[in-house]
Amino acid sequence: MKAAQLPTRPEGAAPVATSRPARRRTPVPTRFLPVIATFVLFVAMFGVGSVRYEGFASGQVVANLFIDNAFLIVLAVGMTFVILTGGIDLSVGSVVALSTMVAAAGLQAGWSAPLTILAVLAMGSGFGLLMGLVIHYFEIQPFIVTLAGLFLARGLCYVISVESIPIKDDTFRSIATGVIELPGGTVITPSVVIALVVVAVAAYVLHLTRFGRTVYAVGGSESSARLMGLATARAKVGVYVISGFCSALAGLLFSFYMLSGYSLHAVGMELDAIAAVVIGGTLLSGGVGLVVGSLLGVLVLGTIQTFISFEGTLSSWWTKIAIGTLLLIFIVMQRLFVGRKA
Amino acid sequence: MTQTQADDLRPTTAEPVVLMRGISIEFPGVKALQDVDLTLRPGEVHALMGENGAGKSTLIKALTGVYTPDAGTTTLNGVQVAFHGPAAAQSAGISTVYQEVNLCSNLSVAENILLGREPRRLGGIDGRAMRARSAEVLARMGLDVDPASILSSHPIAIQQLVAIARAVEIDSRVLILDEPTSSLDADEVAELFRVIRSLRDEGVAIVFVSHFLEQVFEISDRMTVLRNGRVVGEYATAELTRLELVSAMLGREMDLLEEIERAVAESAPSDATDTPLVRVTGLGRTGAIEPFDLTIRAGEVVGLAGLLGSGRTELARLLFAADRADAGHVEVDGRPLRLRGPRSAIAAGIAFCSEDRKGEGLVADLSIRDNLVLAMQAARGWARPIPRRTKDELVEKYIEALDIRPGNPDALIGNLSGGNQQKVLLARWLVTEPRLLILDEPTRGIDVGAKAQIQKLVADLAAGGMAVLYISAELEEVVRLSDRVVVLRDHRKIAELDGRDVSVSDVMALIASGDQADHRSGGTERKAS
Repeated sequence: MKAAQLPTRPEGAAPVATSRPARRRTPVPTRFLPVIATFVLFVAMFGVGSVRYEGFASGQVVANLFIDNAFLIVLAVGMTFVILTGGIDLSVGSVVALSTMVAAAGLQAGWSAPLTILAVLAMGSGFGLLMGLVIHYFEIQPFIVTLAGLFLARGLCYVISVESIPIKDDTFRSIATGVIELPGGTVITPSVVIALVVVAVAAYVLHLTRFGRTVYAVGGSESSARLMGLATARAKVGVYVISGFCSALAGLLFSFYMLSGYSLHAVGMELDAIAAVVIGGTLLSGGVGLVVGSLLGVLVLGTIQTFISFEGTLSSWWTKIAIGTLLLIFIVMQRLFVGRKA
Repeated sequence: MTQTQADDLRPTTAEPVVLMRGISIEFPGVKALQDVDLTLRPGEVHALMGENGAGKSTLIKALTGVYTPDAGTTTLNGVQVAFHGPAAAQSAGISTVYQEVNLCSNLSVAENILLGREPRRLGGIDGRAMRARSAEVLARMGLDVDPASILSSHPIAIQQLVAIARAVEIDSRVLILDEPTSSLDADEVAELFRVIRSLRDEGVAIVFVSHFLEQVFEISDRMTVLRNGRVVGEYATAELTRLELVSAMLGREMDLLEEIERAVAESAPSDATDTPLVRVTGLGRTGAIEPFDLTIRAGEVVGLAGLLGSGRTELARLLFAADRADAGHVEVDGRPLRLRGPRSAIAAGIAFCSEDRKGEGLVADLSIRDNLVLAMQAARGWARPIPRRTKDELVEKYIEALDIRPGNPDALIGNLSGGNQQKVLLARWLVTEPRLLILDEPTRGIDVGAKAQIQKLVADLAAGGMAVLYISAELEEVVRLSDRVVVLRDHRKIAELDGRDVSVSDVMALIASGDQADHRSGGTERKAS
């Protein structure tokens, strides 16, 4: 008989990393780099704006970034959860529109404001729950399921009404017109406060709860997370509930902003939200990203719009061109970043 | 959870911690395990031995709740248990560290150790306590790793040790290590063994699965040998010689294989003065394989031996033009051939069965019939569909000839066992009637019976005049089948031997020769039994 097996592989026969782990702590962990890059970009853009345009460098311009994009911030937060698990939620724009419709129609029908708000939030969460369950238990790609959600929600808007419905409720109007004065004469709206609270809560959930860490683990490797005995199903379905809830909340903020419900509100807004999340440094493959990054991503998008309005003569389509270019740059950056790790 | 508790577990008696009795598992058409017993004692390293397909991983999965046995009982500390998934087994104290590291590389080391059991404070995860706790576990294992660092910043070996650290933290009483050393170098193996020994001394029962015999003899106290889903026996490692182990693992299959060997020895290769079917001069590709010469005659089996990463597959891919060569040329029948890509290689009568069955071979969602005729259809061109009747005849013929099971042409190939998938792939190329068949690891991951059948088939094909280039990590196979053996090391052809007189140890000596082998033997103490 002959000897049976190969000897142990000699060193150098196959590339195996033998380097000892670095013991020094790098001053800035690499996972913060994309967010820092976004922040630097935001500051740089603002700097350029301040130099070019008179009145750009004012506290109110910054505050307006938040006021005009409060709903997008909330939307991007929900999207961040979904993308962190490696999923995607295309339905959010339509759910925003549906939320404005439900709110406007409900108020018109004589519902009280708190009841309307609760109904809208429950509707959004339930919608997300449904999509999450289908995605998880039927193992269907999130892209397809939420695409179906996109059409469904948009279609439901037209069932409620094809016309725009104005909102005349006093509570809604007072929130919409209410201002909060900050020291230095800058004013913000209640919506901004709501959006920032959402960001804070999201950061807490993602970093300091088991649910949040499971979201990251699922995005890193779903099968590993399952083998480690984590509640992957809860996390995977949960992120769509969160995204649905955030969409409904964003819809409410949007109805404060527009004071109407309309089927054509927020068309394509899901793409703005995804763009903001990606520009904020979250990997589309999941597992890496910070909710603060998404906030910065929204601010970058808002700054581009501010540029266009200050320029005055530029077509608003330049916004799209700028966003497209930025997205491309960030995705290539991510690829290089991931490639270097591997 | 700490040192003190683990010390309490130190074995005072040899009372088994896990007793599996009469475990049977049947998959469609396959009896994966039949009446298997396994006994794990605390403070002991128990090796699970057997060839690929012997049932080792099935048994592990039965223990960890991935599969539910059709028959048999499992008791843990005298209590009968039935787990409904790895999470349940884990919370009962049975942890598994798989060959591929099953952790989340995007998270920190500390999180990977404690995920799901994070210490909490004031309604949130206490990051500091988490890092302190994992630093404690890592220190106990003698590992110098920053718990806050991201897992992916560490080499695989460290990641594997982190996976073990996670199991240690759970306070596992049973730790299953499935091929833990396959991607480690000698120093890293020594490190792993040190950790295994210290865990063993703390009273953990360790199951060690590996196909490296030396390592098994070095680390294990006891072993259970499986063959074809049955237990051959349980042995104390010290009382078993390597030869006895190998014959226990191979069993009667050896007779069948020796028969092949005889058949090969009897078949005469065509005369050396013939024009060789393929003559390769100076073919090479930077970074893949250094320029080499090779001639293959009709009716000849040329074996390629070498370790993983020695350039075996790279050589085959160059010959099939799956990768473009940047030096050298190829002659077929004495006429120069420009290999522009796989299409031109196929046109010249060269066929290539990739080692990556799933990625580069099968179309899992198609039926046996469709997979089988793929290459033939490609050769005919898309404009000339193959008539259904021809297809059916072909498929029927090959299902019978190669004993493909199930014999239903409409069965999806993704549902077949590895061995049968391999047979379909072989049949796919055989229908194109190639003159040179390149087989890259045709027997990897398939059961022993199918292995022997495939080798028999190769021998028969060569006897029928086909030239075969046979690549395998299993040296016995290469030596058994080949008329000539080409030995590769570090992307270089280092020798060509006459397969008739050569033995496995000759080839091993060649592979291990040179300064690298010296370096290795100096790098770690590795004693044979």
